[in-house]
Amino acid sequence: MNNFEYVRAEGLDGAARFVAGHHGAKFIGGGTNLVDLMKYNVEKPTALVDLNRLAMRSVTELPYGGLRLGALVTNSEVAYHPVVSAKYPLLSRAILAGASAQLRNKATTGGNLLQRTRCVYFYDTAVPCNKREPGTGCPAKEGINRSMAILGTSVSCIATHPSDMCVALAALGATVQVAGTQGSRSIPFAEFHRLPGDQPQVDTTLAVDEIVTSVDLPAAGFAGHSAYIKVRDRQSYAFALVSVAAGFELADGIITKAGIALGGVAHKPWRNAELERSLLIGKPANRDTYHAFQLALLAGAQGYGENDFKLKIAPVTVVRAMEQAAHEGEQA
Amino acid sequence: MVGKLALEQRKDLAVATTLTVNGNTHTLDVEPWTSLLDLLRERLQLTGSKKGCDHGQCGACTVLVNDVRVNSCLCLAVMHDGDAVTTIEGLGSEGNLSPIQQAFVDHDGYQCGYCTPGQICSAVGMLKEGHAKTEADVREQMSGNVCRCGAYPGIVAAVRHIMATSQTEGAR
Repeated sequence: MNNFEYVRAEGLDGAARFVAGHHGAKFIGGGTNLVDLMKYNVEKPTALVDLNRLAMRSVTELPYGGLRLGALVTNSEVAYHPVVSAKYPLLSRAILAGASAQLRNKATTGGNLLQRTRCVYFYDTAVPCNKREPGTGCPAKEGINRSMAILGTSVSCIATHPSDMCVALAALGATVQVAGTQGSRSIPFAEFHRLPGDQPQVDTTLAVDEIVTSVDLPAAGFAGHSAYIKVRDRQSYAFALVSVAAGFELADGIITKAGIALGGVAHKPWRNAELERSLLIGKPANRDTYHAFQLALLAGAQGYGENDFKLKIAPVTVVRAMEQAAHEGEQA
Repeated sequence: MVGKLALEQRKDLAVATTLTVNGNTHTLDVEPWTSLLDLLRERLQLTGSKKGCDHGQCGACTVLVNDVRVNSCLCLAVMHDGDAVTTIEGLGSEGNLSPIQQAFVDHDGYQCGYCTPGQICSAVGMLKEGHAKTEADVREQMSGNVCRCGAYPGIVAAVRHIMATSQTEGAR
């Protein structure tokens, strides 16, 4: 790990100004991913600005019925929060499907959004990687790509976003609140992460000096009908090969609201709200509907060899998650 | 001599850090890149916590920070100024084992013992969290602690024994 300066942030403004004014400075929250990347010399910050003393550690109910998760609330605290468990069970399930208890106890809400890919080439400084060193190439396309993306890839990068929590946040339609030297703004979850394109080194639409202050959940949380299914190599403590977060609101067997997002298949949680409107809303909650939807959602998916199996697993996992969500709460 | 410059540490970047470890308060000048694990082992000679993978994957470094279990290898020590840390050395000692330590002995919860301090600190943290009710819960919530000897059945039995005898308070 390289030498760096340590700064304890006393306020949002000062923290943002420090990072804006110091080349190579980074914010740190829980640090479970950043410190690991620093040990591999993938991240080499000149300074770390510790955000942990800032007042972003509470969960508060919003006036319109939503829930604000402060950026420093740990993944464990969110997963086991009574309001989250009751109103947003999809989020609890997704978080508890990820990492280990120790990591969830340390990792923060904001940091979970900002974790980097676990692509083996990204982690190995002895090999090229366009995400780590733009312009050097991507050996993953013809290499070890079992865990890599099948949707939204580019010539430059086929990495996946590793989060489980973010898949649920995408399905729920959360909003990310951020603050920086240019003021504060709200980012719809679907616009927070980006596809690699020709700039795979840029994971999100966040500016360098912007800090995630909270993640806001909408009033509707699919409390009655949701499911999170994660396909992985081990039963616990493994990243998703394919995961699906599915949430419905139903009226007499007809879908009135839907949120379906996939993890493990793309550079960001994969959701298509347009397809949900055209193929799910107003349709009966049955297997024909789910099948037609997955065909459209996964159209254009492409394998790279080792990850070809995802082309078979993703469709059935989408259908299974939608069935499980629709039937949640029914007597067997 | 080789690589001396590259290895030279910027001592001027050290930050005064106060930690209470197993009830004893220490104030140390700490370089920001020092992990909590390295501080415990190298500065305080508390070598119970183990450096297995040093990447948060094996759980051998698990300690309790303000009673919450974390991977000390992924904690920067300077970020824990003012915090209270409990390591395996703070749970019990030779001839004065805590109930959970005794349960690991009684139920064959280890073979080589390398992962054991982390397993026990993790178990104490899990019992405090209070979300584990069944054997499946214990296995899932202890999955961040890897045992290469495969002593898992004994580890689960030891933890289940403590749960059954409701000695969670005494587990400290």
